[in-house]
Amino acid sequence: MRAPAANETALGESLLAVEDVSLSFGGVRALTGVSFDIRKGEIRAIIGPNGAGKTSMLNVVNGFYQPQAGRISFKGMVRKSMRPYAAAQGGIARTFQNLALFRGMTTLDNILAGRTLKMHRGFFWQLLRYGPALREEVEHRRRVEEIIDFLEIAAIRKVQVGRLPYGLQKRVELGRALAMEPDLLLLDEPMAGMNLEEKEDMSRFIIDVNQQYGTTIALIEHDMGVVMDLSDRVVVLDYGRKIADGTPDEVKRDKDVIRAYLGETH
Amino acid sequence: MPSLDPSLDTLPKLLSHNASAFGSRPAMRHKDLGIWQTWTWAQALDEVRAFSIGLAEIGLKRGDKFTIIGSNRPRLYWAMCAGQALGAIPVPVYADAVAEEMAFVLAHAEVTLAVVEDQEQVDKLIAVAEQLPQLSQVIYDESRGLKNYNHARLISFEDVQAIGRKKLASDADCRQRWEAGMREGKGKDLSVILYTSGTTGRSKGVMLTYENTIISARNANAFDRLDEREEVIAYLPLAWVGDYVFSYVQAFTAGYCVNCPEAQDTVVQDRREIGTTYAFAPPRVYENLLTITMVRMADAGPFKRKVFDFFIRVARRWGEKILDRERVPLHARLLYALGDFFVYGPLKNQFGLSRVRIGYTAGEAIGPELFRFYRGIGLNLKQLYGQTEASVYVTAQPDGQIYCDTVGTASPEVELKISDSGEVLYRSPGVFAGYYKDPEKTAEVLTADGWVHTGDAGFFDPKNGQLKIIDRANDVGRLTDGTVFAPKYLENKLKFFPNIREAVAVGAGREFACAMINIDLTAVGSWAERNNVVYASYQELAANPRVYDMIAQHIDETNRSLAEEAVMAGAQIRRFLILHKELDPDDGELTRTQKLRRGHIIDRYSPLVEAFYNGSTDAQITTQVTFEDGHKGAIAARVTIRDLKPAPVPAAKSAKMERAA
Repeated sequence: MRAPAANETALGESLLAVEDVSLSFGGVRALTGVSFDIRKGEIRAIIGPNGAGKTSMLNVVNGFYQPQAGRISFKGMVRKSMRPYAAAQGGIARTFQNLALFRGMTTLDNILAGRTLKMHRGFFWQLLRYGPALREEVEHRRRVEEIIDFLEIAAIRKVQVGRLPYGLQKRVELGRALAMEPDLLLLDEPMAGMNLEEKEDMSRFIIDVNQQYGTTIALIEHDMGVVMDLSDRVVVLDYGRKIADGTPDEVKRDKDVIRAYLGETH
Repeated sequence: MPSLDPSLDTLPKLLSHNASAFGSRPAMRHKDLGIWQTWTWAQALDEVRAFSIGLAEIGLKRGDKFTIIGSNRPRLYWAMCAGQALGAIPVPVYADAVAEEMAFVLAHAEVTLAVVEDQEQVDKLIAVAEQLPQLSQVIYDESRGLKNYNHARLISFEDVQAIGRKKLASDADCRQRWEAGMREGKGKDLSVILYTSGTTGRSKGVMLTYENTIISARNANAFDRLDEREEVIAYLPLAWVGDYVFSYVQAFTAGYCVNCPEAQDTVVQDRREIGTTYAFAPPRVYENLLTITMVRMADAGPFKRKVFDFFIRVARRWGEKILDRERVPLHARLLYALGDFFVYGPLKNQFGLSRVRIGYTAGEAIGPELFRFYRGIGLNLKQLYGQTEASVYVTAQPDGQIYCDTVGTASPEVELKISDSGEVLYRSPGVFAGYYKDPEKTAEVLTADGWVHTGDAGFFDPKNGQLKIIDRANDVGRLTDGTVFAPKYLENKLKFFPNIREAVAVGAGREFACAMINIDLTAVGSWAERNNVVYASYQELAANPRVYDMIAQHIDETNRSLAEEAVMAGAQIRRFLILHKELDPDDGELTRTQKLRRGHIIDRYSPLVEAFYNGSTDAQITTQVTFEDGHKGAIAARVTIRDLKPAPVPAAKSAKMERAA
């Protein structure tokens, strides 16, 4: 089922391109001259062993870190750096490796929070909760309910997020990112710490998001099996350098990749 | 046999009647995107008509069989009625069945069209498409994930309705023709084929006519005074006769509203929001509600726990008497009223049972403790006994004559008798037309003069004249010393402990009785949490010696109660084990309605059964398991067997038993 989709995206235009990006913290080089692109409508994976610079790369893409060298173009606009707020406004949403939810709030409110940028009525009107402000709230709630339905979390709609099991919290976080209706969705280890069944559920949701909403997805993952099934193209990082880039099959056969994952023979 | 008014003798005719009789009353609700959406009877007719004409346009004809697969959704109920309006016959299938199981039923029923809920079901049908050459169209309700599928034989529910609406708009006679076609249906026509869950062997297709179900439903409505003001929630499998009758035929005959929950796991919340007045559930559902409550109470503060315990004791003592309108001293009434305010009311509200006027439990025996608990807090819970072959109703308990160990008196127009061998037989207007394409099996069960063999052993209780079911007739056996061994009787006693989810008793033709246990992961898991018992999986928890200790105590208690009963005292459980995996319908161990398939289980676990009787203290077992997505794997385990001391039989009784023997 996935095969034709992959071919289509191969022809798709580039949504985001990273060119020659280098990032260091003091003396530590996190990324060295990394270039790759993300095409519209694809699922793009960034993989690599621990400490390879995957999360750093994601943080550069959404403007959380400023690279010392290189440039990033998003939707055709070239920029050297970007602030997270601007990234969010520009249509980039993300989830985090260690959840970043509002634990005391319900699932519903957490996802609603994802729509902050789309709320336009001022404080005063929202207080009155009348007229345009009310209409706007109803519309936001409807979008949130669609996401709740999509992710099959209706049963926990009004449950405080802090009380939920980990796998469900991950799903709520994905819901909040979706609420932004992003053009590019960044997922930082969406499957970390999950059991097999939860992983399969999450994989299905990621594929569904990609197909249903046409959202471009970039994900970091170290579970190779999941990545190979899920993604259209894979970038492999090791010690901050790109060592391979291509379809899952190409990458799987790549000597450097095998060496990075299985170690060198001495 | 009384016949029906010919203008109201099929379900589509009833729909058309309801649309004019209570046009603006709600017929169906569905919680979608967090909001209850309502359709009146007039709107329901409109939806059904459009879909029905669409179905005719894509080729569904009189006499065709079509299947319905999915959870309880308005569109799937409408699809049944829409097909019936054309004279086609719905064959609903259990939505959680694996593809292979589905293939058997669909091929046997020669289904040509399928109306399914979502991608999951479409995938299953695609997987077995080669075995179903006659299946030419699949209609789906939920489009998610299906965008890139080949739509040659796939079409959405909306698109079929759109075809129907277009036809209605372009062809002025279309509506009349449809109406006339629908009027051609007769009460004697085959209305539905329901495949039994099959506790023994392959499932059989029970053919029911419109008359069967409509007369039974009418009688049931009259028996419990149900009218168009009732609210029910539809959450049981569509393929099960219970749901077909409660959520469809009874709703159509009485005109009441059927509410479809948002998702399978929101049923309790949804029931609470709707405030159902008529409830139906297998004992398992009541059990789960109580288990959750008890687990939560164990975590509550000491004050709340004391209040709860106190008032539950009051309810046990007086609740049932008050419910049955017996004479009760004033102080008890006051105490009960206080309890109602502080405990029972809020509890029923939590369960979503505050407005329930009549609650039924059926399908399996319900534990006396459980039954008394719900009745004690003021829920009018009753038992009924039914079968697919009878269009559900065989017996039911009238208000005020409720006993936890009987299943009631014969339902209206039902005749009952007990055969010489102790088997229950009935004859009623609801009796089925036969098993589809299986005259041999039909002849085994249905006699020439209309009596049906239930396959259950039972007798009339001399005290109150109500029917009492002992066990499936074929399952009742004897130990080598001649003691009667009724496995289900033992299993039910065991299952009344919240920690025991499922039990399988073995012993027929052996020296003594033994039991295989499934623990309840919610109850035992919560116990483990409170007692610092660490576990990672069901298998690990099940093998824990402290869990064994706990279960041993429960079985000892069961044995003590068995020792009190003259007939059963010899069938006390001497050895037991806790199974390393949960029994599962996907592995063929339970039916889709969660009943044990005893024969299959005993074959499958034969190394364990042997170990019971050769004195070993543990046994190695490897079993195949089927995962949710259908692929298979094996799990192996070493299962410990524990010995138990039988409880002493009280002297007087044992003497009496010897005399009896």
